[in-house]
Amino acid sequence: MRTRALGWLAGLALLAGLAVAFGYAPREAAQGNVQRIMYLHVPSILTAYLAFGLVLLGSIGYLATRGKAWDRLAASAAELGVLFTGVTIVTGSIWGKPTWGTWWTWDARLTSTAVLFLVYTGYLLLRGMVDEPERRGRYAAVVGIVGAANIPIVHFSVKWWRALHQPSTILGPEPSPIAAPIATALLVNWVAFTLLFVYFLARRIEIARLDDGAVDA
Amino acid sequence: MITAAGLRKSFARTPVIDGVSLEVPAGTCLVLLGPNGAGKTTLLRILATLVRPSSGSLTVAGVDALRSPEAVREAIAMVAHGSYVYEDLSALENLRFWATMGGHDASEGRLLAALSQVELEAVAHERARTFSSGMKRRIGLARVALGRARLLLLDEPFTGLDRQGRKWLSEFLLAFKGGGGAVVLATHSFEGALGVADRIAILAGGRLVLDQPAADLSRDDLRRLYDDLTEGSPR
Amino acid sequence: MTAYGRRAWIVLWKDLLTERRSKESLNALFFFSLLLLFLFQFALGPDRERLQAALPGLLWLGFVLAGLLGLGRVFIAERDNDCWEGLLLTPGDKSAIYLGKLLANFVLMTVVEVVLVGLFGVFYNVDLWGVLGPLAVVLFLGTVGLSAVGTLFAAMTAQVRARELLFPVLLLPVQVPVLLATVSATQIVLGGQPLAEAASWLKLLAGADVVYLVIGLLTFEFILDA
Repeated sequence: MRTRALGWLAGLALLAGLAVAFGYAPREAAQGNVQRIMYLHVPSILTAYLAFGLVLLGSIGYLATRGKAWDRLAASAAELGVLFTGVTIVTGSIWGKPTWGTWWTWDARLTSTAVLFLVYTGYLLLRGMVDEPERRGRYAAVVGIVGAANIPIVHFSVKWWRALHQPSTILGPEPSPIAAPIATALLVNWVAFTLLFVYFLARRIEIARLDDGAVDA
Repeated sequence: MITAAGLRKSFARTPVIDGVSLEVPAGTCLVLLGPNGAGKTTLLRILATLVRPSSGSLTVAGVDALRSPEAVREAIAMVAHGSYVYEDLSALENLRFWATMGGHDASEGRLLAALSQVELEAVAHERARTFSSGMKRRIGLARVALGRARLLLLDEPFTGLDRQGRKWLSEFLLAFKGGGGAVVLATHSFEGALGVADRIAILAGGRLVLDQPAADLSRDDLRRLYDDLTEGSPR
Repeated sequence: MTAYGRRAWIVLWKDLLTERRSKESLNALFFFSLLLLFLFQFALGPDRERLQAALPGLLWLGFVLAGLLGLGRVFIAERDNDCWEGLLLTPGDKSAIYLGKLLANFVLMTVVEVVLVGLFGVFYNVDLWGVLGPLAVVLFLGTVGLSAVGTLFAAMTAQVRARELLFPVLLLPVQVPVLLATVSATQIVLGGQPLAEAASWLKLLAGADVVYLVIGLLTFEFILDA
């Protein structure tokens, strides 16, 4: 019941986010209307980071306590994290086409996000290939911990790598000093995405719980 | 040495161990009989901390085995289906590896003495790849003899042993009991096992259908009971 | 030596002895490296300038591919006769086993790398003598990172179906930072610049190595556990 209410709340927040993104936030001077995709792009990646943080939490929790609830949290959060990372990459790509003139560029941020996507896709593949639930939980938890610890390392290596090969050619997509209305629109959409994520997570965990119950009753 | 109550284990909804309680005091041997598929190996693996039971409680050597399996592993030694033998190492090198891993004295004299007990000193320096399964099994027994275990868990230990080997194993088990150790021996054949048993349990369909002092049972009684009790048991 | 050190040492001893006797992994890996050299040559054409520009990348690509094939080998012997189970039953800290396996993998990888580097020097006419010291530093740091995660994941995938597929799928994305750092540092070193030029990359590598090692030591027992 509470989950359903959360779903409605997330829906309303998303509508509000859309309204603010198109109605309230001003047209960005340099990029035009294209820039509005930022209100999808930035909240997606922030939500993905939240998800991967929860994968780490669930993984450590599972190894420490062997409670199945922790494993369900990690697995559900990982699926959603991959989903939101995918949204980030696709929206970034759509944004990149008119701005940079190409669907894909080895921009530092896009590249790190793509690496993140691959790491956690591997995590999900691993889960699919281990049948025994207890062993699956342990293995996945180890990968979840390695993946999370790797995020800052990936971030720095990719950033330096870009700096080395193409010093200061492509500017970051965001305009440097973010105007107040843009910040507000971002904030509203970020809250909406977070609510949506929590709603999805609650549903996904519930499904996982029913699955587990069906298997070992 | 072992106190188990209400042990249960299911694999994908099918119960394999279905409410087993047993008691093995120090200095005694429990022989676990039962047809193939009765759950003997799973029960033994639960006692060895290799499988976590779905429910129930288990105390081994005074330690809660479900909470601190590490501490239990200090006290037990196992002879399982697999012999834990590395094919590319010699018999002696295998013993050196496992003795060191177990934190025991791995001096060559001691290792050779253990090998001669299982009559493998002649092939001490030959690679295990050329050994028969019975010889590998004897390496496993020598490995156990090197340790300081207080509880021995044996799964079909007489398989692959000749008359001499069986005799040695029986004597070893009697001496081990005499030193205050406890033994759980799972087998589907009565041969050899009855000589060392203090208590006999029959496992069928994941339940203990009999658990009696060995002295109360003659071999013929046991044979009859075994056939009655295991008849029509699942799988 | 402590009991922990003795356990790690005996695992290393056992794995290297097994490899020396069967020679399965090393022979195949040497041959594989040779094949790679030929394939790179065919793929990039005879243009020496282009080959030399691509050399650091090719070199590390070769190491990573060799690692994908080789790092799991030390766990193959554990599957015969249920040796895994025996390791699980050994008392004490299980990370000693990880340390031993990691060292064995490090030694194997280093041997393959030395041979591959030598072959590269000969086939692509690169003067390696002058840069041997700095190159060794980069190789060392990169190999530690590759082996640390590789050993952890190989232990896991050794017990999973489709392990040939799963191992690269798990390992490669995680190794992106190591690859970026080692290739960049190798480029600097082969370009004849002093090692100090690559200092930030080496620091990143060292930091990554420490993170991977600590995680490996802490989590290995959960991979082995029942």
